[in-house]
Amino acid sequence: MNRVLPVLTVLAGIVVIWYAAAIWMNSTWVFDQANRAGTPVSWAEVIPQTMTQDRPLLPPPHQVGAELWKGLFGQAITSKRSLVYHGYVTFKGTMMGFGLGILAGVLLAMAIVRFRVMDMSVMPWAIISQTIPIVALAPMIITLSSQMGLSGRDLPKAVIAAYLSFFPVLVSMVKGLRAPDQMQLDLLKTYGASEMATFLKLRLPASMPYFFASLKVAVAASLVGTIVGELPTGAIEGLGARMLIGSQFGEPLIMWAALFAAAILAGLLILVVGFVERLARKRMGVPA
Amino acid sequence: MSLDRPVIEAKGLDLVFQTADGPVQALQDVNLTINRGDFVSFIGPSGCGKTTFLRCIAALEHPTSGVLTVNGMTPDEARKQRAYGYVFQAAGLYPWRTIAGNIRLPLEIMGFSRAEQEERTERVLELVELKGFGKKFPWQLSGGMQQRASIARALAFDADILLMDEPFGALDEIVRDRLNEEVLKLWARTGKTIGFVTHSIPEAVYLSTKIVVMSPRPGRITDVIDSPLPKERPLDIRDSREFIEIAHRVREGLRAGHHED
Repeated sequence: MNRVLPVLTVLAGIVVIWYAAAIWMNSTWVFDQANRAGTPVSWAEVIPQTMTQDRPLLPPPHQVGAELWKGLFGQAITSKRSLVYHGYVTFKGTMMGFGLGILAGVLLAMAIVRFRVMDMSVMPWAIISQTIPIVALAPMIITLSSQMGLSGRDLPKAVIAAYLSFFPVLVSMVKGLRAPDQMQLDLLKTYGASEMATFLKLRLPASMPYFFASLKVAVAASLVGTIVGELPTGAIEGLGARMLIGSQFGEPLIMWAALFAAAILAGLLILVVGFVERLARKRMGVPA
Repeated sequence: MSLDRPVIEAKGLDLVFQTADGPVQALQDVNLTINRGDFVSFIGPSGCGKTTFLRCIAALEHPTSGVLTVNGMTPDEARKQRAYGYVFQAAGLYPWRTIAGNIRLPLEIMGFSRAEQEERTERVLELVELKGFGKKFPWQLSGGMQQRASIARALAFDADILLMDEPFGALDEIVRDRLNEEVLKLWARTGKTIGFVTHSIPEAVYLSTKIVVMSPRPGRITDVIDSPLPKERPLDIRDSREFIEIAHRVREGLRAGHHED
């Protein structure tokens, strides 16, 4: 209860501000209509009309909630209008990108910690890679993959997601693999331990807390990457495509519902990663 | 196994570290013979090279010139033959391993069989009086117990030489007294050769058969004292005449080293 209460308080605050903003933004349309008809309206009449518009500038929470409910539970999950369906497409892309990103991040970190030349050559490029806006890069990756004869968007989407998610893993793992101090390294030296043994028995386990801390950031980055990968024209599946359709066809409700579906997906992913982290910490003897 | 056979021999040992502020003479013309079964303490102010010398024996540092042999071999060769266990100032137990898991670490690396790992772990846990704590994680143990576990880890693979670098420096005096007694018991039971770095005069005199007094800038040996104290040493031996005389000589040696600054 102690942890839930602050969250609920903030949530309530957001809802209040949201409703106020919705009334303010959507009232413009109501006043315009009234002006055109030549019938003056009072605020008491305006407020109910800001709550039920088909294409509101800012949909109020209950409208978004209803649309979200309809998208999630209102139809068969195989329907092209089901947010479960689109959410699954995005989830699949996110997981592929996440896996690819972890692999790339860990392997690069191992190479960087092991070889000084990799540290000097690769690390700066890894940092530069993150300064390029992914929105600019995503269409190029998709064009490139179709140029290479790859049908479907699964792989380019995963690559875009991995492009964002490898970085936090890389930075954390470099730090983690370098975490053991000189004394711990000396200790293994007195045992005549091989480089492989030093890596497996010391560096790798010592890096695990850093690794798990980076996973939460990486999974969120991967989701963002996947959604960006679904935005460029031509995409018809995934939450990103839903958002684009909503905005292009002037259907703010669709857009907002997709946005919230993405937020829910992100929350679930972070919960799962947090759960895995707790299991790992328990196994590694961290005091509860 | 005959006593008085040299286990560690240093002849004209020099070690110069190249630092940003220029070369530092860490060891100068160190000559020392340590026999089998000796308990040798190295005492001196910081910077006198006592830890550096211990690290040279363990092949963690390499002398610039001079000859150093361990069991008649170079330190590197001796290390490959698992000649020594090393105990650092901090216990340095892996927090992700249990106490037993930490003691198993060198055994795993050296390729002991699973059954032998278990057997040896049990044995050394008993030796350092930590029986029954094998399944605990390091954070569940006090500082003194953690250091005992790290001694057990160094004993696990049965090296003849135990090198201890200020192992009790971070512990309070009461715990330190207890552990000193235990180390003496351990030494009597196992007959190991022990190299022990400390900057506590009573600790050095209480434990050692040989006390090596060192002084800094450049790091060198100023006195080597063969202790006349008997092997059997109750804690109250520290109030005896002989003990006080040796402690006095050590203190004089340390002061002499400092005067030359």
